[in-house]
Amino acid sequence: MKEYKTISKIAGPLVYVEKTEPVGYGELVKVTLSDGSVKRGQVLDTSEEIVVVQIFEGTSEIDKDSRVTFLGETIKLAVSDDMLGRILSGSGQPLDNGPEIVPEKRVDINGAAINPFMRDSPADFIQTGISTIDEMNTLVRGQKLPIFSGSGLPHNEIALQIARQAKVVGQEGDFAVVFAAMGITNEEAQYFINDFEQTGALENAVVFLNLADDPAVERLITPRMALTAAEYLAYEKDMHVLVILTDLTNYCESLREIGAAREEVPGRRGYPGYMYTDLANIYERAGMIKGKKGSVTQIPILTMVGDDITHPIPDLTGYITEGQITLSRELHMKNIYPPVDVLPSLSRLMNSGIGPGKTREDHKQVSDQLYAFYAEGRDLRGLVAIVGKEALSQRDQNLLEFADAFEDKFVRQDKNEDRSIEDTLAIAWKLLSDVPRDELTRIKDEFKDKYYIKQKEDNKIEEGKKGSKTGEEKDNSTEEAKEGEQRAEESA
Amino acid sequence: MGELKPGKKNENTVESKASAGKIYRIAGPVVVAKGINAKMYDVVKVGREQLMGEVIEMEGDKTIVQVYEDTEGIKPNERVETTGQSLSVFLGPGLLTSIYDGIQRPLPVLAEKMGNFIERGVSAPGLDETKKWDFAATAKAGDKVSGGSVIGTVEETEGLEHKVMVPPKMSGKIKEISSGKFTVNDVVAVLEDGSELKLAHHWPIRVPRPVNKKLLPNIPLITGQRILDTFFPLAKGGTAAIPGPFGAGKTVTQQSLAKWCDADIIVYIGCGERGNEMTEVLSEFPELKDPKTGNPLMNRTVLIANTSNMPVAAREASIYTGITIAEYYRDMGYDVALMADSTSRWAEAMREISSRLEEMPGEEGYPAYLSTKLAAFYERAGRVKTLGVEEPGSVSVIGAVSPPGGDFSEPVTQNTLRVTKSFWALDAKLAQRRHFPSINWINSYSLYLDKLNDWFSSNVASDWAEYVEKSMRILQEEEKLLEIVQLVGSDSLPDEQQLTLEVARMLREFFLQQNAFHEVDTYCTPQKSYALLKTIHQFSSLAESALERGMKIKDILLLKSKNKVANVKFEADYEKILKEIESEMQKEFEGLR
Repeated sequence: MKEYKTISKIAGPLVYVEKTEPVGYGELVKVTLSDGSVKRGQVLDTSEEIVVVQIFEGTSEIDKDSRVTFLGETIKLAVSDDMLGRILSGSGQPLDNGPEIVPEKRVDINGAAINPFMRDSPADFIQTGISTIDEMNTLVRGQKLPIFSGSGLPHNEIALQIARQAKVVGQEGDFAVVFAAMGITNEEAQYFINDFEQTGALENAVVFLNLADDPAVERLITPRMALTAAEYLAYEKDMHVLVILTDLTNYCESLREIGAAREEVPGRRGYPGYMYTDLANIYERAGMIKGKKGSVTQIPILTMVGDDITHPIPDLTGYITEGQITLSRELHMKNIYPPVDVLPSLSRLMNSGIGPGKTREDHKQVSDQLYAFYAEGRDLRGLVAIVGKEALSQRDQNLLEFADAFEDKFVRQDKNEDRSIEDTLAIAWKLLSDVPRDELTRIKDEFKDKYYIKQKEDNKIEEGKKGSKTGEEKDNSTEEAKEGEQRAEESA
Repeated sequence: MGELKPGKKNENTVESKASAGKIYRIAGPVVVAKGINAKMYDVVKVGREQLMGEVIEMEGDKTIVQVYEDTEGIKPNERVETTGQSLSVFLGPGLLTSIYDGIQRPLPVLAEKMGNFIERGVSAPGLDETKKWDFAATAKAGDKVSGGSVIGTVEETEGLEHKVMVPPKMSGKIKEISSGKFTVNDVVAVLEDGSELKLAHHWPIRVPRPVNKKLLPNIPLITGQRILDTFFPLAKGGTAAIPGPFGAGKTVTQQSLAKWCDADIIVYIGCGERGNEMTEVLSEFPELKDPKTGNPLMNRTVLIANTSNMPVAAREASIYTGITIAEYYRDMGYDVALMADSTSRWAEAMREISSRLEEMPGEEGYPAYLSTKLAAFYERAGRVKTLGVEEPGSVSVIGAVSPPGGDFSEPVTQNTLRVTKSFWALDAKLAQRRHFPSINWINSYSLYLDKLNDWFSSNVASDWAEYVEKSMRILQEEEKLLEIVQLVGSDSLPDEQQLTLEVARMLREFFLQQNAFHEVDTYCTPQKSYALLKTIHQFSSLAESALERGMKIKDILLLKSKNKVANVKFEADYEKILKEIESEMQKEFEGLR
């Protein structure tokens, strides 16, 4: 392979090489420094006269005498079963002192778009054990559902809790986690790895680490490496893969850095105009394929700059992903974990993953009712600050109390609390039953007959649970629920 | 196949025009070639793998090409070849029920050729070239025909007649014509000058198909969505923009329109959007029935899916591919509705390519020609007298816009608003409250409202406009009152204003909210909308006169009958129920004291 010593310009992460043989666009590049050390890069622009190379490890130490070799292929990741349980660098090199990975095959990391015609509609309910997600922003297999967070909020804990608890009830298939860290601190990375080790999840995980002090350019290939591994495990090894990408904000910063170095025309807030397409190439690699057993589900995490949801990173992400879980600083300050603000949160695939046979027949309507009441209750808080609680009608006072109880009982849960969907619905009905029955306008009478609890009592959750077991023995448990109600009446 | 005239003669000229050059530079989807003799917008084949591209600029001896496929691994010095024809779509029977990518490659065929993922360098004709269609000639030898004249028909899908037309700009006397079974490439008729007519022809996507003349849009496109049909109607041949932040329900609204609007043909373009959403459309449409004909909705639908991770240049083309197909059916005298979701992604594709070309950027990095391109696209909508068919045809365009951060002042929204006449503003706040469709009734407007009043008063009810206006006034009044309520609470308002608030609430909850996932409520006829409005207003006028008689607003608000209106929208047999409610209402008011 030819070596060139024709570097004409070095700027930021870019190296310009002159007078080469024809070089392919996107080709992998090796740069050998005068001290013998090697850096790698990728071709960004190629013409007969000049080739622009972006160096992954940064351009420090590169001088005009460094030798450049074009490797004749695009970036590939060696994939095999052995990847499970391994910790790799952001560009796919082992970091855990383990042996080299014996490749089963080498795959282009950019992947290809799934033919929309061959996609299978995601419809399997994933129970995360977190009420705000399961009940109100349901995650389904093959979905991409990001966590919109802010600095200092417990997004990592939530991501880990999901990774630990996520399951499709009744179908325990092969499950794997692919974790890609982009520009996070060593401490954060350790937190993830320790948790994986403790829970035994590491055996079924592939970890890619690009830490805060690793080169920014490498960050651009880390998520692609991770998704290539995920696709391989999902579509060739029939595994259900959960991909956690953190933190996309760092990724986008790198994208901007490279764009600026290339003197491109910037778009909004200096981010490149192609950021939408670039992010789409990452997020759209979630999904299911007809005739394949496995699936790729993505939970990207991003910290919103200044908690601003209209910032280009969360904004473009929201346009591509199928919803978002938004964390709120206000709830976090109230010491509520997980601080999920359900109002700006959304799961677009929720309707296909819930209902009879999947979760429960009243799931959707309960969710709508919770949304409607909580939104109204939150608005009333503003009003109370001005006119005082006394000026409110009885209905408004009920809703105000509902909003508080909702945050305290429904949103709040323990970091290790794995609530089944039945538990979650029971809590929801307990809260809804504090509001007069006629005001539950979003719920059919049929469901109210079955689940509404008439009296306030301590054993209500227990009864709610009974009512919720109806999945298997409908008739019996309806009676049970009715009995429960009767008992409640009698004791009153 | 020349750009405009089909037939064998032209195919030869294509060969002779083709010339080849070499790649000089590659930067993403933009490839610069040297030594090639091509025209603007010619389709070229790039590199060893013959990737499809289009000439978008020429400078000295350099020809700049946007490539519709991934360019990774392509090297300078590889061959570039022009086909001598512009990017065109293949128009003929078989378009309906198809699903295409942005450059009219059928996705099922691509899946067959290259598996689950979209690889590159594969071409596929837009129509099935092996399928035989039953052609019934309606013209006969000796007939004089010209562009747009119908020479026969094919039953394309059940109950849908595909009219086979003479391609525009062609004319003459028919020498021979025959009915029978033909493929799209078979000759069905020959003109006296020897030109051959087939079931299908090509048309360049960037050139609007000619029409006889444009007509004024004065017939509504009934969408089955209460808020749209009553307050912000769209005319057949009109244009509408749906801007909204993410999560506000653009796609659900677009899909509801695609399902239920009373157009004959639907062209749905998923332009730079989510793959899973297209899958949803694909799995749902064949199941749903057209309310007019009872046939599967898919039978009248053409889908174009260029998801966000498919090549950006093909995304740019997808909008034109879609509108050309829409125009083709319009020329048969059909009413076509085109949904583009989302035009912002299309604008971004232009921006991306423009910045690769190092053009001087306009606002927010968009090219300076953004507004021209948007205007030219929307101008291809319209109700027209076609070249060869008696009945007028129309293309209505409904474009979703995805403004960054939900900020409507950004260039794509603003430039779209300058050319579209209906504006359906989606509101994230409403969506968060689960008020769907989350179309904001204060910010939205339709300039067709007055023009369509005549139609509604003669086809639905003579006092239609009156009720629409009254309802709108109440909703606007509510907006103002709510500001006061925020400060003092609703109890301290005068009785009349409390009544206004209650009527507005009824309008919002019983009328404006519509459940796209409920089997009955998903579609609402204008007659039903009218009946609902009428009942709500009956309550309003009964209550007003009760107030005049000195009744207390508190007691009026407690009346039970009004809340029964809430569920009427879920009933198919609404007339009887409304009558019962109205008489109950009457009694309740009489009983007040």
